[in-house]
Amino acid sequence: MNNINFLKPDKSNLNLFLILGLSLVFISIFDVFLSSFFKINATGFLPTSISFLLPLIIGFIGLHFIRIEYSGIRRLDEINKNFNNNNFNAVLSLLIIFIIIKSIPPVLSWTVIDANISGNSKEACTGDGACWTYIKVWLRRFIYGLYPNEEQWRINLSFISLLALGSVGYFATEKFKKYLTLYYVVIYPIIAFLFIFFFISGGPVFFDFSYGIIASVVAIIIGFFVPNKFKLYYFCFVPLAVYLSLNLFILPEEYVELGKLEGLNWVETGAWGGLALTFIVSFFCLIFCFPVGMALALGRRSELPFIKYTSVVFIEFWRGVPLITVLFMSSVMFPMFLPEDFFLDKLVRVIIAISLFEAAYVAEVIRGGLQALPRGQYDAAKSLGMGYWKMHIFVILPQALKLVIPGIANTFLALVKDTPLILVVGLLEIAGMLQMAKTNPKWLGYSMEGYVFAAVVFWIICYAMSKYSYNLEEKYKTER
Amino acid sequence: MSDTIIQIKDVNKWFGDFQVLKDINLNVEKNKKIVVCGPSGSGKSTLIRCINRLEEHQQGSIIVDGNELTEDTKNIEQIRAEVGMVFQQFNLFPHLSILDNCTLAPVWVKKMPKKDAEDLAMKHLEKVQIADQAHKFPGQLSGGQQQRCAIARALCMEPKIMLFDEPTSALDPEMIKEVLDAMVNLAKAGMTMIVVTHEMGFAKEVADEVIFMDEGMIVEKAATNEFFANPKSDRTKLFLSQIL
Repeated sequence: MNNINFLKPDKSNLNLFLILGLSLVFISIFDVFLSSFFKINATGFLPTSISFLLPLIIGFIGLHFIRIEYSGIRRLDEINKNFNNNNFNAVLSLLIIFIIIKSIPPVLSWTVIDANISGNSKEACTGDGACWTYIKVWLRRFIYGLYPNEEQWRINLSFISLLALGSVGYFATEKFKKYLTLYYVVIYPIIAFLFIFFFISGGPVFFDFSYGIIASVVAIIIGFFVPNKFKLYYFCFVPLAVYLSLNLFILPEEYVELGKLEGLNWVETGAWGGLALTFIVSFFCLIFCFPVGMALALGRRSELPFIKYTSVVFIEFWRGVPLITVLFMSSVMFPMFLPEDFFLDKLVRVIIAISLFEAAYVAEVIRGGLQALPRGQYDAAKSLGMGYWKMHIFVILPQALKLVIPGIANTFLALVKDTPLILVVGLLEIAGMLQMAKTNPKWLGYSMEGYVFAAVVFWIICYAMSKYSYNLEEKYKTER
Repeated sequence: MSDTIIQIKDVNKWFGDFQVLKDINLNVEKNKKIVVCGPSGSGKSTLIRCINRLEEHQQGSIIVDGNELTEDTKNIEQIRAEVGMVFQQFNLFPHLSILDNCTLAPVWVKKMPKKDAEDLAMKHLEKVQIADQAHKFPGQLSGGQQQRCAIARALCMEPKIMLFDEPTSALDPEMIKEVLDAMVNLAKAGMTMIVVTHEMGFAKEVADEVIFMDEGMIVEKAATNEFFANPKSDRTKLFLSQIL
C-alpha cells in the first residue's frame, strides 16, 4: 500500500480517490437536489450558514480528489480538463450545476405543474403558476389580430398556398432548376403580393369575363405553335394587344363584359395584426431590402461620382436615423407631402420605410463581401472580356454573397425582431396585440404569460431562419 | 507592317509620383513569341497589363489588332475578348467547376451555344491534359492543374494573343514543368504570345525575341540567341549572370 496524501491525489491510489471523490460530489449534488425538488434540508441540524455552504464544500473536496492527471480513464481526463482544471473552475462548475438544479423546480412548476389551461375566463386560473388560459383565449387575436373571425380562412389559405408555392424549389427537376432564381426573385413575390392584395385585403374586385379575355387566352394557346424564334416577342405583345384592342376599340361597350364577380369583403389594413402581420411585414421587407441593398452596395463602389455619392448619402442617412423615427415619419409626415388624391396605405408606407432602412444595413454587409474578394477575380473576369454587369452577375456577386450569408442572416433576424416597432404607428402585430390584451380590464395581470409566449414564438421564427442560413452556407461551400 | 498585331508607342505610366513605364516602344508581329524578363519592380507586369487595359497608360498609344486602347468601354471589352491572359495567382473562379470556368465567357461574352462551348472547353482541357478534372472545383486541384485550367479558360475565348504574367512563379518546382509544357505546345501551334517569366529555359526554347526591362525602361531587346550569347548592356549581363 502506497502512502496516501489527501492533499495531492495521484494515480497510485486511483480507485480509492475515485470512489471517495465521486461519492462526495454525488452527496453534494444529491443534497441540493433534495432541497430543491422536495424541500428537504438533510443538513438542517447544522447552523444555517454552514448548512447552506456544505454542499459546495463537500463537492469541492470531491472534485479535488478526482483531479488526477493522466488517470488513463478518458472520460475522467476530459472532465478534469474541461470543468475541473483548478480549484476556482471547480467551484464555478459546482455553482453552475447547483443553479441549474435549483432553477428547474420553479420554472417547471410555473410553466406546467401549477399552471392552468382549462376554462375560458380568468376565474379558471386558480393556481400559482402560469395562466395559459389567457393565451388560449387570446390565441386567435395573437395570430390574426383584429381580423374578423369568419374571414380568417383567407389568411390561412393565403399562407398555406404561399408556403406550398415557396417549397416548389425542393421538387423542381433539373430542367427547371435554372429558372428557380427568376421564380423566387420575380414571380414568387408577385404571386405573394396578389394573394395579400386580393385575398387578405379583399375589397370590390371585378373579375372581368369579357370577349377580350377569351380572345387573349386563344391568342396565348395559338402562341405555342409559333416558331421558337418569335415566341418571346409573340407572348410579350400579341395577347395584350388583342385584349386591349378588343376592349378599347373594336367592340362596343355593352358587348365587352359577359359578367362580373364581386370580390371578398374588404378588410382594412388597420384590422390586420398578430403573427400574420409579423409574417407579412417581415416577408415583404426581406424581399425588398435585399435587391435595394445590393444595388446600393454596388453603387457605393461605383466609379461614377453621381451614383457613388448618392449611394453614400442614402446609406448614411438611413443608418443614421433610428427606426422608430423613420416609422413615425412614414406614417405621420410622409402623407403631408403627397398630393391630395394620392393615397398610400399605412401598411405599405411602413413596409417601404422598413425596407429602405434595412437596405442600408444590407448594403454595408454586402459591400464587406465585395471588398473581401481578391482583386484577381476582377482582373480575370475583365480579361475574359466581361463587362461590368456580366462580371458582377456571374463572378463577383455569387462569391461575395456567399461570403456574407452570416451577415445577411444577422440583418434579417434583426429585421424580424424590429417589426414589433410598427406598434408606434398603430399596427398591432404579435407584440402589439399582447400590449392590447394585457391592458384589457378582464385580463389584467397576465403580461408575463404573454411575453413568454411572444418570446417563444419569436425564438422559433429566428431559430428557423438561422438554421436555414447555416444550411445555405453548407450548400454553397466550395474550397478556395 | 501589316503583320504587326500589337503596337506600343512612347507609353508612359505613373503610379502617383512613381513612374512605372518610361517611353516604352514595342512592336509585336503576328505569331511571334516574346519573353519579357527583368528584376521585380521593373514594370514587366504593368506593361502586359496595359496591353489589355487592366492598367491604364497615361501617355502614348497602344494599338492592339488595329484598335487603339482608349476610354471607350465597348471597344475595350472586344479587345479583351481577343487577348487571353494567364495570371500568376491563376484567378480561377472558385464557385464554378473547371468546365464552367471555361464555358462562362464563351457563353456570355461570345454568345456561343452552351453545348458548343462545352465541346470547345473539353477540347482545350484535353490539350492541357486535365480533361478528367473537368467537373471538379478549382479548390480541389493542385497549383499546376489550376494554372493549366487557367490557360484552357483563356484559350476558350479563341484569342489572337496570349499574355502570361509570371505563370509559374506561384508554383512548386515539380509543377512548373507541366505548365511550361502546355505553354510550349501552345507556342508550337503558332499563338502570338507575350510571356513575363524568369524561366530562361523556356525563353531559349520558344522565344523569338527577349526583352529585358529595368526601372520601367526596355534596356535590351534582341533575338533570343543574340540575347543569351552576347548581351550588350552591363545591366543585362549582371541579370543573366545571377539568373542562369
